[in-house]
Amino acid sequence: MNDLDCRRFVELVTAFLESALAPEQEQEFVDHLARCDGCDRYLDQIRQTTQALDGLPGEALSPEIRATLLDAFRHRPR
Amino acid sequence: MDELPVDGDLIRRLRDRDESAFTLVLDRWSPGLRRLARTFVSTDESAAEVVQETWLAVIEGIDRFEGRSSLRTWVYRILTNTAKRRGSRERRVVPISSDDGPTVDPSRFQEDGPFPGHWWEFPPAWPTPEQGVLRHEVQELLTQTLMQLPERQRVVLALRDADGWSSEEVCELLGVTAANQRVLLHRARAFVRGKLEQYYTQEATS
Repeated sequence: MNDLDCRRFVELVTAFLESALAPEQEQEFVDHLARCDGCDRYLDQIRQTTQALDGLPGEALSPEIRATLLDAFRHRPR
Repeated sequence: MDELPVDGDLIRRLRDRDESAFTLVLDRWSPGLRRLARTFVSTDESAAEVVQETWLAVIEGIDRFEGRSSLRTWVYRILTNTAKRRGSRERRVVPISSDDGPTVDPSRFQEDGPFPGHWWEFPPAWPTPEQGVLRHEVQELLTQTLMQLPERQRVVLALRDADGWSSEEVCELLGVTAANQRVLLHRARAFVRGKLEQYYTQEATS
C-alpha cells in the first residue's frame, strides 16, 4: 500500500521534475499527486517559482563598458 | 540562438586576438553573468562592475587557461569569486537559509491529527500569472531572496532556473555530484517558493 505522505512529497518535488525518482517512488509520487489537491498545488507553485526565476532580467552590458572591454581585448600585451 | 563555436576553436581565436570571437562570448554570456553577480552584490551598478572586472581577468588570463573546465565554466568561476569578494565587502545580509532539515515548516503537517504527515491546511493559492506574477516588485523580491540563500544554493538556482544551464554543467562548476546538485536546487526552490507564498499572502490581506 502507498505510504507517501505530504511531508515526504514536498521533499521529492525537484527529484520528480528532474526525472530522478526510482520507478516505484515515481509511481507513489504520481498516485499521491492524483489524490491530494494540496500537493498538486505545491508542485504547481514550485513550477511557477522556476518560471518566475526564468523571467529575472539579465541585462546586456552598457555600451560604455562594452567598448572599454573590447578596447582592453584589442590592446592586451602579447 | 546560434551555437557558439566549440571551446577549442573559441580559445584559440581568443588567444589569437580575434575580436569577433571575444564579441561573441561577451554578448552571449554577459546578461547571465550580470544576473548571477546581482545575487551577490546589492546594486545593479555594482553587478555591472563585477562583470567588467571578470572580463578583464578573462582577457588577462586566457593565455594561461588550461582548459580543464569548459570556457564558460571558467568565466563563471571567475565571476563568482569576484562577486563574492565584492559582496562581502558590501556587508550584505548574512544568509539565513540552511543546508539541511525539512524545506517546508514541519508545523504545516499533521503530527497526530487524523492524517499524520498530511497538510493541516493546503498552501494558499497564488494569483494567476495574468494577475501579474512577474511584476517588477516580484523580480526585486526574487533578487533579494536569492541573496539570502547560502552561496551554493544560490548559484545552482540562478544557473539552472534563470540561466538554463544543465545539471551536468552546474556540477562541473561547483564540483558536486548530481544528487548533491539536486538537493541544493530543491532547497533553494523551496525557500524561494516560501518567500513568494509570504508575499502573495500579504498582498491578499493588505
